Amino acid sequence: MPAALVIPAGLGLLFLVLPLAGLLIRTPWTTLPERLTEPGALTALRLSVQTATLATALCLLLGVPLAWVLARIEFPGRRLVRALVTVPLVLPPVVGGVALLLVFGRRGLLGGWLDSTFGITLPFTTTGVVLAEAFVAMPFLVIAVEGALRAADHRFEEAAATLGASRWTTFTHVTLPLVAPGLAAGAVLCWARALGEFGATITFAGNYPGRTQTMPLAVYLALETDLESAIVLSLVLLVVSVGILVALRDRWMTTA
Amino acid sequence: MSDRLLDARLVVDRGVFRLDVPLRVAPGEVVALLGPNGAGKTTALRALAGLHPLTDGHVTLDDVDLDRPATGGWVPTERRSIGVVFQDYLLFPHLSALDNVAFGPRRHGVERRAARATAREWLGRVGLDAQAQRKPRQLSGGQAQRVALARALAVAPSLLLLDEPLAALDARTRLDTRAELHRHLSAHAGATVLVTHDPLDALALADRLVIVEGGRVVQEGDGPSVTARPRTDYVARLVGLNLYRGRADGHGVRVSPELTLTVADRLDGEAFVAFRPAAVALHPARPEGSPRNTWAGTVTGVQRHGDNVRVQLDGPIGVAADVTPAAAAQLRLIPGQRVWVAVKATETHAYPATG
Repeated sequence: MPAALVIPAGLGLLFLVLPLAGLLIRTPWTTLPERLTEPGALTALRLSVQTATLATALCLLLGVPLAWVLARIEFPGRRLVRALVTVPLVLPPVVGGVALLLVFGRRGLLGGWLDSTFGITLPFTTTGVVLAEAFVAMPFLVIAVEGALRAADHRFEEAAATLGASRWTTFTHVTLPLVAPGLAAGAVLCWARALGEFGATITFAGNYPGRTQTMPLAVYLALETDLESAIVLSLVLLVVSVGILVALRDRWMTTA
Repeated sequence: MSDRLLDARLVVDRGVFRLDVPLRVAPGEVVALLGPNGAGKTTALRALAGLHPLTDGHVTLDDVDLDRPATGGWVPTERRSIGVVFQDYLLFPHLSALDNVAFGPRRHGVERRAARATAREWLGRVGLDAQAQRKPRQLSGGQAQRVALARALAVAPSLLLLDEPLAALDARTRLDTRAELHRHLSAHAGATVLVTHDPLDALALADRLVIVEGGRVVQEGDGPSVTARPRTDYVARLVGLNLYRGRADGHGVRVSPELTLTVADRLDGEAFVAFRPAAVALHPARPEGSPRNTWAGTVTGVQRHGDNVRVQLDGPIGVAADVTPAAAAQLRLIPGQRVWVAVKATETHAYPATG
């Protein structure tokens, strides 16, 4: 075995694993139950789960049709649209937050109109958190579902048509069940990304406990004031992430 | 009811390929589109189903234009009274056999319980009561084929379309399924069009054959007339005949500049001559006497063919000959070997190439 490869490989692994181990080592296991049930932690946890779930719902509502259009309809500029969809994936989330402010902020392009017409304010609200999370997480869902749609044999849809099914019935009764595994995986990934969202959320929605302070924001804040609390909250996020990895292992980890 | 339930002229342009196939099918009639791969059979079927629009021509079912580009007439697939059995069946993998069959009736507005009842009845008819709750992946190939047939027939279509219905089955299952399929097709009151490249399937299942080559109909007729009088090499090969085209002058047909075959039939003008490979005799030396056609040929290939040996020969005309293994051994048939080929005039069948 060439040492020139094995040694950096070992260091690389260590580099990835050591911080996680550190987290576990520093976890105050004895006071863990109290820490977890502290009102602040519970509030942040509840808000995170709620907003991530709502964001995932929004992504499903808008992202699945988008994935379907990208996978099934030939139109000029399709490649461009697909590229646009993936922009939030590589964009620094804080930039996403700024961009959201410019559009949905009180003086933003749409925000001003929403405010004056309907009295709806999005920034620095819980709805704003959902929007910020959905903005960052939707590409995960669209890419996963589009991949599943492309992999699914579209002739099943033709077979459904010969049996009298309309396009919509075919979509709900044939296409969706066919891509259900891909859809579920995409939704879980999307949810995980939304749960961990930090940059866009703090920029667009701020950091108000109970209203816009999600878990990652609470961790960041606790780091300044109460290290143990930050560790406990981080541990929760780590457990959730590992749980998702285990749940999706058959889909994403079967290259070996 | 008219005598033409389906009246179509299927014209589809696909780049350099052009399909142009007229097709008329009476109620209860089974028509097989038979042709080599790439002849356009599947395109024709897809055009009938509305899965591929026509470039020109028309599809008229029960006096309703389903597709007529000239007038813009178009009925989408889901509103056509059709049933399709796809080559690989395309049973919905997430539904049980029962729900696959009930899918069509449900989409045609039948209430769930009634649709299930219809499906159960159809599964019974194809002998699959016991498999009703199975998912497609738990069915054997033959069972999946029957579910696909039941699913297509459960909506009582005016036009039943089958794409290579038996191609995905192994030889043993194929025999049983073919017989059963024939029973169901005979019982179907609507028109049936099936597409196949297997002449046995076509002859066993269809009342009439339409032979398609290169997007065109090259021959049409019932089984016996097509097999007795092939008009293209493809059909001749399908039915296992040697076929030549030439100029007839009484009892002689000139099939190559060096060879005029003596035939039993009497005719003049452009003509086909056909004879069975088993009617061809091979000799080490030129045979004497008897009213035989003889010529010298070179062996180009030797293959087992059933209980016999099929010998391919080159010469003034290419010919296939079936000889017994004993004869093949005696003649020491190997590629490159020169032999004399003989065919009795009474073993040939000559018919006009026109009309």
